[in-house]
Amino acid sequence: MSTAAAGHHEHDHDDHGPAKGWTRWLFTTNHKDIGTLYLWFSLVMFFIGGGMALIIRAELFQPGLQLVDPLFFNSMTTMHALVMIFGVVMPAFVGLANWMIPMMIGGPDMALPRLNNWSFWIMPFAFTLLLSTLFMEGGGPAGGWTLYAPLSLQGPDSFAFVIFAIHFMGISSVMGSINIVATIFNMRAPGMTLMQMPLFVWTWLITAYLLIAVIPVLAGAVTMLLTDRFFGTSFFNAAGGGDPVMYQHIFWFFGHPEVYILILPAFGIISSIIPTFARKPLFGYASMVYATGSIAFLSFIVWAHHMFTVGMPLAGEMFFMFATMMISVPTGVKVFNWIATMWRGSMTFETPMLFAIGFLVMFTIGGLSGLMLAITPADIQYHDTYFVVAHFHYVLVPGAIYSIMAATYYWLPKWTGNMYDEKWGKIHFWVSTVFLNVLFFPMHFVGLAGMPRRIPDYSMQFADWNAVATIGAFGFGFSQLIFVWVVLKCVKGGEKATDEVWEGAEGLEWTVPSPAPYHTFEKPPAQFS
Amino acid sequence: MSLILRVFVAAMLLVSIAACTGNNMPVGVTPISKETYGLHMMIFWVCCAIGAAVFAVMFYSMFMHRKSKGAKPADFHESTLVEIIWTAVPLVILIAVAIPAAKTLIAMEDTSDAEVTIKVTGYQWKWQYEYLDSGISFFSTLDAEHNVARQVGSGVDVSKFDNYLKEVDNPLVLPVGKKIRFLHTSADVIHSWWVPDFAVKKDAIPGFINENWAFIEEEGTYRGKCTELCGRDHGFMPVVVEAVSAEKYDAWVAENSPAKITIADSGAAAGAAVTATADADDDREWQMDELMATGEKVYNQACASCHQVDGKGLAGAFPAIAGSAIATGDHDAHINIVYAGKPGSAMAAFAAQLSNTEIASVLTYQRNAFGNNVGDTIQPSAIKALR
Repeated sequence: MSTAAAGHHEHDHDDHGPAKGWTRWLFTTNHKDIGTLYLWFSLVMFFIGGGMALIIRAELFQPGLQLVDPLFFNSMTTMHALVMIFGVVMPAFVGLANWMIPMMIGGPDMALPRLNNWSFWIMPFAFTLLLSTLFMEGGGPAGGWTLYAPLSLQGPDSFAFVIFAIHFMGISSVMGSINIVATIFNMRAPGMTLMQMPLFVWTWLITAYLLIAVIPVLAGAVTMLLTDRFFGTSFFNAAGGGDPVMYQHIFWFFGHPEVYILILPAFGIISSIIPTFARKPLFGYASMVYATGSIAFLSFIVWAHHMFTVGMPLAGEMFFMFATMMISVPTGVKVFNWIATMWRGSMTFETPMLFAIGFLVMFTIGGLSGLMLAITPADIQYHDTYFVVAHFHYVLVPGAIYSIMAATYYWLPKWTGNMYDEKWGKIHFWVSTVFLNVLFFPMHFVGLAGMPRRIPDYSMQFADWNAVATIGAFGFGFSQLIFVWVVLKCVKGGEKATDEVWEGAEGLEWTVPSPAPYHTFEKPPAQFS
Repeated sequence: MSLILRVFVAAMLLVSIAACTGNNMPVGVTPISKETYGLHMMIFWVCCAIGAAVFAVMFYSMFMHRKSKGAKPADFHESTLVEIIWTAVPLVILIAVAIPAAKTLIAMEDTSDAEVTIKVTGYQWKWQYEYLDSGISFFSTLDAEHNVARQVGSGVDVSKFDNYLKEVDNPLVLPVGKKIRFLHTSADVIHSWWVPDFAVKKDAIPGFINENWAFIEEEGTYRGKCTELCGRDHGFMPVVVEAVSAEKYDAWVAENSPAKITIADSGAAAGAAVTATADADDDREWQMDELMATGEKVYNQACASCHQVDGKGLAGAFPAIAGSAIATGDHDAHINIVYAGKPGSAMAAFAAQLSNTEIASVLTYQRNAFGNNVGDTIQPSAIKALR
């Protein structure tokens, strides 16, 4: 790879390739290596979390309990969420940030490379710890991913491992975020102003601040659970003078910004892809930045909309209803800007664009059901039903997950130097999209009709749509094997990609060779100075 | 375009069919549930309209502005005016929606001037209903037949039940045409009491009392569920409400006040006489076989969810009764853990949940079932002495 780099750089004697052998991955401080590690880790976790989802859906295929004990079922719903949120979406975004942010801002690497190595290598240990609880006496956590007290405190002793795993994930996220902030502020090409940064860099900058702000809050909440469970404190125990509702307030003060942590980088990815395939610059760049900032700010003042049934004062319910409704304004601005970018463009529909459009359509559906959920009286009927499950899966699967897949197809030729198989990429998109809607759309119906979430068995009236959803789940799950196959095939070889890869691509990452050499921008690009 | 139109019509058709066949929120039978349904449908159609407009523009663009049709890219990329428009228009829509929503919310929270007050306490995994005006108090648990059918690998065809998992032993009886106030609390973890037809959903939180209300307009049976994850059997604690006329309600109250309806006499008409016989039952000497018969019934309703029907428990989560040192040891420790519970664990205190005979029976059953052959009995009088 060092020879490939020579083509674009003045060759200097420090320009070397990666170390040989497996220690390359253990000791690497290279942002591209670490990005790759994050992305593979995320893919493995995607199948573990997905497997759990299939266990859930298999049990829900028919009324009656056929396969698993209700306690194990609860532990599957809990673990599925923890794995998907902390093990799939967040590491994938960090992986993409590692790969792309230095290349997008014309910097040679992340600002804190050793910290970067550590941030990643905590993750496999954290998840080994978390997943090992499933094999301990009493099983894994079964109180829901929100770990609401007092239910979570009833759990087995393995709960301590869950809490330490969350601490580790948090440390990893905060270090990763500090690194991203330091990189963006210190490593930009000379002359590149903040308002010249690609939107992916902007959304990650804001996401990183959200993480630094709220991960310590989560750490505090779970530490209080730990001391309540093992050391006799009563933070959340009413009998000891504590308050179970306080846990929910603290948790959601973390939890709602977390929701935006899971979607803001996706906004950045979509804002990169749509202009490329519309061959037209992003519409309303500045308003996109301000909208992202507004969403981040609002995310801190809407947390109690997860808690409309806990018995809040009327004024509190009003405030959180209005604040929540407000979020749809900047989110709407984003959707409108993307459509205006497409408008009168010259569009082609390669796989990244298909996933981006899939994102746009289905994220909008999830956003609209989110607006419905903001209406407090209606929310009291929707709360904790499958309607909510449908809503957040629409924003997370065709939202966050589709953006990650779009990003993978979009930048894979830059990472590997090879074009992926376009035909199979498109097949992956269409099969996934059909099954995804078969899986999640019926959940709206059963939710409205009264099916609570997190139940392993249900009344006959919900049987038909649950069977349909399970068929969708297995179809969606297995169609992800196509994704793995396309990625592996592309890594091994294929048609050589050009440096620009896409006809309409703009940005510094497309000025380096494909595959991107081990070190890029050792000499900063000159176009901003 | 005709394709989009067809897809759109098909989607609307699907949504309408879905809405007509019990796949939508119920309209319900209280003023609040009707208002809530109205709000739900309003915001639903607003969202449909926004969605239709957004998707129409998007799909038009995707069909018309494609490279394969020779579209040349324009290069506009900014307009302060349109940004202001598409910030302001949604704001106006939101304000228009927020006003009726706020009105309903205010009405929902007004629990004043209630004529009947019911205290609803969540337990793992049943509900306790206390009529604060008349002193009636009883537990409401998943119907025993359903409870058998829902066990893993029970082999029972659950489709034979009309209301699978929505049937209880003792439904909550409420009058129509009166403002009923609910007080919600919990004895262990957080539950949530939900009757969709009343648009009443409120969390039951240990140490807290939440308020809610309903004014039922039509007689009938209304069914709901616990909606806050509350442990292993969260899916199996239904809510059933019988709404009857004011006269029937008064008669029901007169007949049952102030007796305690218990598991052992569930289904039977409980009356004042029950209290008297309960006293007599507590004092007499019970035979092993009658204690065992009652005990098995109580065990399957109150203990089997955690400790399992075979008494083997779930390793690490719920201890086994079979071979347990407590269940085969001395009386005091065994009585105490059932009577007073084990703080900091899922083991509840059953003193308030079960009668003296029920506690005595279930203790005897535990000592002499699942291969525990202690051979002794625990008498109701021993439990009575603790009260």
